[in-house]
Parts: sequence; structure tokens; C-alpha cells
Amino acid sequence: MESSAVRLRGLRKSFGETTAVDGVDLDIRDGEFFSMLGPSGSGKTTVLRLIAGFETPTAGRIELAGRDVTRLAPFERDVHTVFQDYALFPHMTVEQNVAYPLKIRRVPRAERLARAREALAEVRLDGFGRRRPAQLSGGQRQRVALARALVGRPRLLLLDEPLGALDLKLREQMQVELKALQREVGITFVFVTHDQEEALTMSDRIAVFRQGRIEQVGTPAEIYERPATPFVASFVGTSNLLRGEAARRVLGEEGTYSVRPEKIRVLKESADADDPGHVCAVGTVAEVVYLGDTTRLLVDLDAGGRLTALQQNLETSAEDVAAYRGTRVRLQWHRRHAVRVPDSD
Amino acid sequence: MTATASGAAGAPDTAARRLAGALHRHPRLRLTLLLTAPLLWLAVLYLGSLGVLFVSAFWTTDSFTSQVVKVWSTDNFHALLTTPVYRQVVLRSIGVALAVTALCAVLAFPVAFYTARVARPRWRPLLVGAVLMPLWASYLVKVYAWRLILSEGGPADWLLRPFGLAGPGYGLPATVLTLTYLWLPYMILPVHTALAQLPAGLLEASADLGARTWRTVRSVVLPTVLPSVAAGSVFTFSLSLGDYITVQIVGGRTQLIGNLVYANIDLDLPLAAALGTVPVVVIVLYLLAVRRTGALSSL
Repeated sequence: MESSAVRLRGLRKSFGETTAVDGVDLDIRDGEFFSMLGPSGSGKTTVLRLIAGFETPTAGRIELAGRDVTRLAPFERDVHTVFQDYALFPHMTVEQNVAYPLKIRRVPRAERLARAREALAEVRLDGFGRRRPAQLSGGQRQRVALARALVGRPRLLLLDEPLGALDLKLREQMQVELKALQREVGITFVFVTHDQEEALTMSDRIAVFRQGRIEQVGTPAEIYERPATPFVASFVGTSNLLRGEAARRVLGEEGTYSVRPEKIRVLKESADADDPGHVCAVGTVAEVVYLGDTTRLLVDLDAGGRLTALQQNLETSAEDVAAYRGTRVRLQWHRRHAVRVPDSD
Repeated sequence: MTATASGAAGAPDTAARRLAGALHRHPRLRLTLLLTAPLLWLAVLYLGSLGVLFVSAFWTTDSFTSQVVKVWSTDNFHALLTTPVYRQVVLRSIGVALAVTALCAVLAFPVAFYTARVARPRWRPLLVGAVLMPLWASYLVKVYAWRLILSEGGPADWLLRPFGLAGPGYGLPATVLTLTYLWLPYMILPVHTALAQLPAGLLEASADLGARTWRTVRSVVLPTVLPSVAAGSVFTFSLSLGDYITVQIVGGRTQLIGNLVYANIDLDLPLAAALGTVPVVVIVLYLLAVRRTGALSSL
């Protein structure tokens, strides 16, 4: 049996009338890159703050590496946090910021500075030690915060939407670096994000949050390919649900089904439909969204409902796809790509 | 929609609009209109009177008639530097101002910490109002209240009696105490503002990295509010240095610079002026010292 870095049992947190976390049970394994994904207000950040110790749970239990820390102060837990706004101390230099956790532990000065420089080198900020946080760019501050949280080699690192304030290019670069860093240091990362793509790229496992509860826990592939609820299906990836009458007429079955847009092929209406193992649906293109590398087609099905199909722009140009609007098409996908989603709501 | 449209390009061409347009096109004219009155006030009345004070400090007085003799001499400053009594009073005044400032800083920090960070957010404006409330009462009323508190057998004595102690009575400690009471709000306010603006994330980050409360206060809170303490100290220091009424009412026979100025105004105006320049010089030196902490940018 694998040991749990974090174990949450029946965790609840209320702020006055509102319940931010409503009964969360979760086990995070040692050394894993774990993401908590959900829209804002879904309770993911509150769970992170409960693990860090900034909030005390209304009910439930928090264990870190088998030790009950439910009532312990943040400084009594072997957990460090990378904050969304970085929370660097403005009156200290970069080096002093990074050395701060070591100073608290009374590490001798020379060793302290050496380790701080090492940590800065780890995040590729050598030579920035003497600067003040205010003199750095957002991405650099992000790295300083990371170095400061990692220098003391905690068992667990919490990251609260750390890439949220960065621009897209830098974000994608940091995603790769962060993942590499995690593999290198072998520390358990708990990563909070509302960006499903980010969660899918970086995580070993993901927990999808909604209204203070966990909807599904699983690997990125499981979450994406086999969403456990309609909410997960629509939040991770594009919402593409067939339900009720439409499901009956297209698939010949009862229930709610999810089809990922990239699994759907767009054919001419007249195209040959006799392919066993495939499902077909005929409809009219209602909207065309040109995305550069791909085109998104919103198709109103004759059977009712609307599906989104994603098409690679292999040979088509923007002008070509614009002409699709209003045309009749036949959508086709493999039967196994229509995934039954338990109807919880 | 229609209202905004008619307010813009299609508006009627009134005199007021033409004037506004002219002002928009002539920024210099705008600035002149804005600043003429306050600049006149500052330059003529404020700096002017300071200049007269400084010039008259170099005049002398006929010792028989007490009439000012407008003859240049540095006798007054010479007397100031060589007479032991004056030196003593100047040093005592600076000491009182420093003691008041230190006491205010020590008392203001916990109060400001409570009003800015601990109290429920909706109580905070009320608490700040409560801190400022004494400023609405007359200065004299407050000082006389302290005279009563510190009187023999008064509330101070009565409170301290169970501990085998007595109140300080009138004198230097009473002066420091009363001045501290008077100027405390001027220290609490900037410290409160600084603490209120301190991002909560910094305190959490410090605790998260292993710092206990006291360590966080020392390493994170104090360094970030220090400039505001310095800013507040500009008020407490200069107000204490210039005060002469409090010391008359609760100071017993204690004399500060202000008393000497007051006592000499009728007898020897040039000497009073020379004495009056002392706090100005001290405060300028103090401001220069404070500026090095970066506090003046947070005023």
C-alpha cells in the first residue's frame, strides 16, 4: 500500500452561512503531481488553505504523512506554499527572501546563502540575488516564490494558481518547467487551478471540484475520456452532451452521453454512412469559429441538441470554413467515443 | 444614451463650455488659477513670518525700555549657546519630544494592529473614529482633565494606591504622559494605514515558511511599518517640541523651550525669536534624519 502524503476525511469548512467545502475525502500519494481543478468558488483554494493551515476546518480531519495536523498552526506543518500573488517580502532582497525559511530554522549564515543561491540556480535565477522583488518581472517573481518554497525541502508543496498572473507564452513555458522541477526534487505537489488544460498537461492525477465537493478523481486520461458526471464532461474539455430524445434517436439508447469534439468527423450529408461501429448524426452548421490551426463547428442536429466538432485545418483556409455556415453535414464518430455519463443533475 | 450623446459633440455652445475648453487647451493657465491662492498663503504668510522670526533673532533689546533695537548682532545666539540654563532647557525639550515619540510608537503599534488586522472589518472604521475622537475635543479641556487625573489624591493616585504606588504628580513625567496622550492619534493613524495595507499574504507566507508569530512581527511586520512609524514620529516629535501649554498646566516648575519663548516675548522679543528658531532647526535636522528611512514618501 502506498503511503498518503495528504489524507482528508470528511473535510468541511463554512464561512458564516456559506459552505465553501462540503465533505471532502481525498488521498494524495507521496511524490505525485496532484491538481485540484474547478471553477472559482468551487472550494479548491479553501481545501488548499486548510491543508496549509491558514484556515481551521469546521469539521473533518487532515493528515499529512500519517500525522494528524487538523488543529496545528501553519508553522507546525511541513508544508510550504507558492501563493497566487507570490507574497514575496518587499523589504528583503531576492536572496533574503529565499533564505528566510532557513534563517527561521537557524541554519548558519554561510550555508544559508549557499543553499539560497543553489535554489535560485534551480529556478534559473542565478545572479538575481541582490535585487528587490519590485525589480523583477512577474515570471521572475514566480520563480523566486518557487525557490523560497522549495529551499527548505518540505514534504509537500502547495501551489495556489501560481501561473494565473502570467501571460500565455510564459505560462506554457512554466508548466513544462514546473513539471520537470517536480520530477527532479521528488516532492509531492498539490496544484490548484481553474485551467483544465493546465491540469491535464501537468498532473499525475486530478480532482475536479464543484460546489465544495469532489466530482471525480482520476488521471488526466480518465477525467477526459471517461467523465464521471455531466459537470466534469463540460468543465474539462468542451461541453458536448447528447441527452434525452437526441440520445435515443442518434445512439438508440437512453441516458446522457459525452462525445469529445475532436473525435467527431465532419462529412458531407451525402457521404456513405454504412460503417459498422460508427454513429452518425445529420444536422446543419449553425456557427463556424476559425481558430487558426483548427476550426470549431457548432452543428444543430436534426435529432435535437447541438454538438461541437473540431476539425484540423489540414487543407482548408479561413475562407473555406466560413462557407460551411448553413450547410448540411453528417457527423460521424466511433461508438466507443460516446461515453455514458451518470446523470447526477 | 441620448443624454451622453447630447453632452458630447452635439452640446450647445455655452460660455461655461467655452471656458472649460480654453482651460483644457492652456494647461499653464489652469495651473496658475489652481495654485495662486495657496502659493500666496504659503510664500507670503508662512515663509514670510518664518523669515521675520529669523531676522528679528539678530536684533537686540534695550534692557531698560524693553524696546527692540534693530541693530545686527549675534548676541542672542551667543547667549543661547553659552548660558547653561538655555542649553539645559533645549536638551530637556528634545528629550521630552523623543520620549513622547517613543512612547507613542510603543503604544500605537498594538492599537493599530488591532484596529487594522484583528478587529472585524466592519468595526474597523468605527475603531479608527474612536481613536480620532479625542482630536475633536478642545486641547485645553484635555490637558486640564489630565491635571485633574494627576492631582494629589486624584484618580491616578487612587488607582495606584492598591499597588503601594502613587501618581507621578505634576512635573516632567506628567508632561511626557500628557503629551503622549495628546499626540497618540497622530501616530496610530499612519501605523494603522500601513498595517491595513500590509498584504495578508505576507503574514501567511511567513507562517507558512515556519515563522512563529513573534518572528513574523519582527521580520515582516515591523520592517514594513517602520516608515509609517517614522512618519508618525514627525508629528509627535514636532508637536511635542513646540508645546508650551501642557507643561504649564501639568509640568509643575518644568520649563521647555516653548515656555522660554513665551516668557521672553514681552521682555526680549529678539531673544524669544532666537529661542524660537531652535525647534525649527531641530525639526529640520529631525526631518533630514527621518528622510533617510524613506518615511516621507509615505506621508
